[in-house]
Amino acid sequence: MKVQNNKAWLMVLPMLLLVAVSAIIPLMTVVNYSVQDTFGNNEFFWVGTEWFHEVLASERFHNALQRTLLFSALILAIEIPLGIAIALAMPRRGIAVSFCLVLMALPLLIPWNVVGTIWQVFGRVDIGLLGHGLASLGIDYNYTQNTFDAWVTLIIMDVWHWTSLVVLLCYSGLVSIPEVYYQAARIDGASRWAIFRFIQLPKIKRVLLIAVLLRFMDSFMIYTEPFVVTGGGPGNSTTFLSIDLVQMAVGQFDLGPAAAMSLIYFLIILLLSWVFYTVMTSLDNDAASEQGRH
Amino acid sequence: MASIHLKNLGHRYAAYDAGSDNPYALNPLDQVWEDGGAYALLGPSGCGKTTLLNIISGLLRPSEGRVLFDGEDVTDLSTERRNIAQVFQFPVVYDTLTVAENLAFPLRNRGMESTTIEARVAETLTMLGLEGRANERARSLNADDKQKISLGRGLVRTDVRAILFDEPLTVIDPHLKWQLRTELKKIHERFSHTMIYVTHDQTEALTFADKVVVMNAGSILQVGTPEQLFDRPRHTFVGTFIGSPGMNVLRCTFDGEAAVVDGVKLPLDEATIKAAHARGLATSGVSLEVGVRPESLLVVGAGVNTDDDPHYVRVDVLGVEDLGRHSLVRLRLGNQLLCALHPEGAAIPEAAALRFDPARTLLYANSLLVEANG
Repeated sequence: MKVQNNKAWLMVLPMLLLVAVSAIIPLMTVVNYSVQDTFGNNEFFWVGTEWFHEVLASERFHNALQRTLLFSALILAIEIPLGIAIALAMPRRGIAVSFCLVLMALPLLIPWNVVGTIWQVFGRVDIGLLGHGLASLGIDYNYTQNTFDAWVTLIIMDVWHWTSLVVLLCYSGLVSIPEVYYQAARIDGASRWAIFRFIQLPKIKRVLLIAVLLRFMDSFMIYTEPFVVTGGGPGNSTTFLSIDLVQMAVGQFDLGPAAAMSLIYFLIILLLSWVFYTVMTSLDNDAASEQGRH
Repeated sequence: MASIHLKNLGHRYAAYDAGSDNPYALNPLDQVWEDGGAYALLGPSGCGKTTLLNIISGLLRPSEGRVLFDGEDVTDLSTERRNIAQVFQFPVVYDTLTVAENLAFPLRNRGMESTTIEARVAETLTMLGLEGRANERARSLNADDKQKISLGRGLVRTDVRAILFDEPLTVIDPHLKWQLRTELKKIHERFSHTMIYVTHDQTEALTFADKVVVMNAGSILQVGTPEQLFDRPRHTFVGTFIGSPGMNVLRCTFDGEAAVVDGVKLPLDEATIKAAHARGLATSGVSLEVGVRPESLLVVGAGVNTDDDPHYVRVDVLGVEDLGRHSLVRLRLGNQLLCALHPEGAAIPEAAALRFDPARTLLYANSLLVEANG
């Protein structure tokens, strides 16, 4: 006989409280703002989904969303292949391993705003090594005035900062491949590409998905570095969703639209995370069900 | 198919401890593996057998000596150009490929035509008994089927000069080991590939191979048929390593006509006595041992008959262990311990004597068998 009672709820109660205080209640205050309007004096009026309609219809939001998506896509397209290539080129044994690992880990240890400051100074045409160097070579480079230059600067900065993460994840996957796989491949006469395609890639697939997920989330939520380097400019050309949101909420004090936008932003991230999660687990399930068949 | 000649071959690993008394992982040796032979390379872990195998396959370049295939020097050829197949301890399959694609992989890499590939793959699938599973993902197979695929990637190739096995049954379930070994043997009989099979399991070695190569501490000690290794081990290590329990090895001296173990004379056959005289072993002072298999010793009750016969020697019975069909009798002769096999059920006499057969009592000088041509 199974004893049925509601004691289990007591067990989950502490967790529920913790989640409520840390996530649900703050989130609800945002939800609260997103459906009301205020004219000061702590007076609020119910406006329903008006802010959501406004945000979703606004060109400003669309543009920021497109910029953010493009930025993330470029980041993934550069950092993932580059990270794999560097991981493949890294030594597998000897003193050089520690050296490479430390070198790779260094950019990851630098705080975001410091990274931004470094590149902001580095790229300046008047005093920056990069900017001044390029200018003296006769190349017209100015990230404060030229949209293309601003994007290139932000992307190179992010690649410099975060490719290491992809490298380290892939490297950990690569070193876990037993030597005997490479020996068998040599005996089978496999080319370098075949070794990558049929041995290395399948073995790093899982960590690679984690790397893709982390880099997507991070780049999609990027705020500090563009804020420090370009401040969203020139014009609005590097105003990503996060920068736009802060301008709206803090700069213009449009609490209602800002709250609605945060919720939409949050839902987009949640949706895309869910997509990644589904892809990852379905890959796992494929493997598991194939294994379970015997 | 090819014969393999290892000419004055030796290997030391670069990182080997310089302070060690023997820098060689593989002591210099000269060894011919005949075309179409099924060889087992038997020895304890760390004796250098995998090193030797990797040198033959070209995964490792020997620090000295040459490797010849059918007289052709292949020492500097890469693994893929030597046309060797190798099956490793842990099954290696390409997870994302199907069974058939796995088998086709080495052929595709060599740029063969797809119709030829298909035919070869189909043939190999039949050979391995995997016809029905050609389109399954390789990673879904169990360990022994994966190991079959590893083997199949060698068999599928027409140009294979030898198939090397590096303890291929380690991860296979015990009840499947027998089956897989039998299939290997069948494949060898049908296609007579030159096969070299590394193992530390004597049962595996003795059942698989026509000839067994016994190694220890980086040296080949003996090459022979299972019978030769059992009846006339040329090194005391071979005697103790092969057989269960292994050969009894007792320290002794040679008095000109018999081996003397702690004052007790053990008769030797004429050929051995002659050889011992020829080498002057009675006076030379080299370390001598006498080796005798537990199977060739007979435990009887001590009595008048046995006291007069020089083949019988009085021993103390220390204990008896039941091994199923036999009992293992632990004995003491002089100050040294030995054991004998005794038919199960037969009573063990309290005052025991041991019958030594001179033809099966072997004399070893510095651990090497003393024999007429030696």
